[in-house]
Amino acid sequence: MAGQVAIGSRSGLRSALPLLLPAYLWLTVAIFLPLSAMVFFSFMTELPLSGKAWAFTLDNYTAFFSQGLYLTLLLASLRLGLEVTLWCIVIGYPAAYVLAKVLKGRSREAIFLLVILPFWSNGLVRIFSWAMVLREGGILDTALNAVLPFKINIDLMYSYPAVIIGLVHSYVPYMVLTCYLTLQAIDDSLIEAGRSLGASRLQMLKRVIIPLSMPGLVAGAALIFVPVVGSFMEPRILGGRTGTFYGTVIEDQFVAVFNWPLGAALSFILLAVVLAILALAAPVLRRAA
Amino acid sequence: MRMPKLTALLTATAVFTSVFTLAATAAEVHVLNWKGYGADEPWAIAAFEKATGNKVVNDFFNSEQEMLTKLRTNPGLYDVVMINAAFNDQAMAEKLIQPIDTSKLPNYADISPDKAGSPMLDHDGKVYGVPWVWGLTALAINEKSFDKPPTSITEMWNEAHKGRVVIRDDAVEAVQFGAIATGQNINDIKDMEAVKAKLTSLMPQIKTFWSSENDWNQMVASNQIDIGTYWSGSADRAKTHFKLPVSLVIPQEGAVAWLDAFSIPVGSKNVAGAEAFINYMIDPTFYVEWVTKVGAPVSANTKAVEALPEDAFNRKVMGDPDVAKRIQFQAPITDAQREAYLALWQQLKVDVK
Repeated sequence: MAGQVAIGSRSGLRSALPLLLPAYLWLTVAIFLPLSAMVFFSFMTELPLSGKAWAFTLDNYTAFFSQGLYLTLLLASLRLGLEVTLWCIVIGYPAAYVLAKVLKGRSREAIFLLVILPFWSNGLVRIFSWAMVLREGGILDTALNAVLPFKINIDLMYSYPAVIIGLVHSYVPYMVLTCYLTLQAIDDSLIEAGRSLGASRLQMLKRVIIPLSMPGLVAGAALIFVPVVGSFMEPRILGGRTGTFYGTVIEDQFVAVFNWPLGAALSFILLAVVLAILALAAPVLRRAA
Repeated sequence: MRMPKLTALLTATAVFTSVFTLAATAAEVHVLNWKGYGADEPWAIAAFEKATGNKVVNDFFNSEQEMLTKLRTNPGLYDVVMINAAFNDQAMAEKLIQPIDTSKLPNYADISPDKAGSPMLDHDGKVYGVPWVWGLTALAINEKSFDKPPTSITEMWNEAHKGRVVIRDDAVEAVQFGAIATGQNINDIKDMEAVKAKLTSLMPQIKTFWSSENDWNQMVASNQIDIGTYWSGSADRAKTHFKLPVSLVIPQEGAVAWLDAFSIPVGSKNVAGAEAFINYMIDPTFYVEWVTKVGAPVSANTKAVEALPEDAFNRKVMGDPDVAKRIQFQAPITDAQREAYLALWQQLKVDVK
């Protein structure tokens, strides 16, 4: 992508400017300025808004290292991000393959619609629907007990699996969409060539399809991993006693104690860690892609 | 990555609210309160608008901190704000609220003297808050799980309720609850280690941390919990309005009491309308209707409480002198204390993961 932009000639850039301007203006106003303000806040002792005297300090950043709980939570959140991403691949990739290579016409449109459907509903509505399904005596519990000959007790609500289920449901469309795009771009003749040369289905998958669709997998994984690490709504509502994560602690600093400086500092530490992980993973992923 | 979004949202909200400020006229009363907390009842607004000709515009907050932020960032927008008495001091110190001329409020004379004279609301002989209602953060039980209601706070630690206990996700409430369970003064906690140990042993009992009335009521409706901390007004509402099997228990060890009061923000454009609205909110007619139709905490107006039927919960139980002896009113909390409480609460929540 970066290469293509650099190749574009000067006159190309000039004619592209009116097209780029709205997006960059919006990004500057809505993302860059508030983000800079947050960087500024993260080095302050008090918010100027509260009318108290303030000074510059590094305390908000050292708080992360002096208290073990932030590190524990950050690791828990990173683990959550990895698990959710993994499940999204397991569930989303085969679905994307079927959409791109097996289904055609009407049925593809119908399945596609079902995949995108979660995007059209409000996030909170989705989570509360899960609450109705997962709780003891809820839809899942009742349905399974009606079908199965023996009695089982399913109470997934307020547990770690409930958080995973809720998050995977919210984010799996990203994986399906990004993988669908790269899988669809694979020339069918490559697959035919491989088959005619005697590759088994597994070999085809390992040697042709996965390598060619790797950019989509990587993009999808990054799109899912980053927001999940900072997620707070799903853990709070579905996680119950176990639903404390790095994101919920940041939310508490902003909402419960009005300690924006500490909240901002914790957010930037998260940003730095996530960027470091992506940077470390970049060479490996680029080679794979 | 969410933070810029949050800030963008705040900026957008600020822009929109300032547009509304320009549109506000003198005949409007802008009220800032919790959602579903009396001041936004449609029948009450209709009655007030009909009687005074003022139009009520409601806005809501989800935490005291949010309320203070809204006052700080929108000077001149609000005419009436509902502030927990423990936060009145801070709001006054930040010059967010102004003194109230109580002679303009005919119902003020009927407010019980101990509430009207509260040092949390009166500063230098000036009244900064008109006591509205008070209530308790006590325990509530799912009636289906008990043959007879428990009397002690230790019921929360009873093994029989493991995984069926809830507590509110609020550091201050949790710590003060721990203080009561360890027999301490909630406003002067001497032995924080004891509180921590007590709460640590409570954690394995917990099903989840509730944050709204709706959470609590849904969990009782689906029979998922036995007992938990709850607000007295909410327990009353759950029983009268939602017909749920909920009853409030005021443990023998005591309970946390809070006092909610109305204030007028600095820069209010309609002080007369604000005074009329506050007077209406403490009026017995409004209160009786609120209790009957919806369920409410206890009015600070003695005449309003007397207007309730003899056996009404808010009159019989909450008015019981025995209860009055057990409860402890919340005093203001410093920012440093609040942060320390939050650190303790977060540590507890991490340890139980």
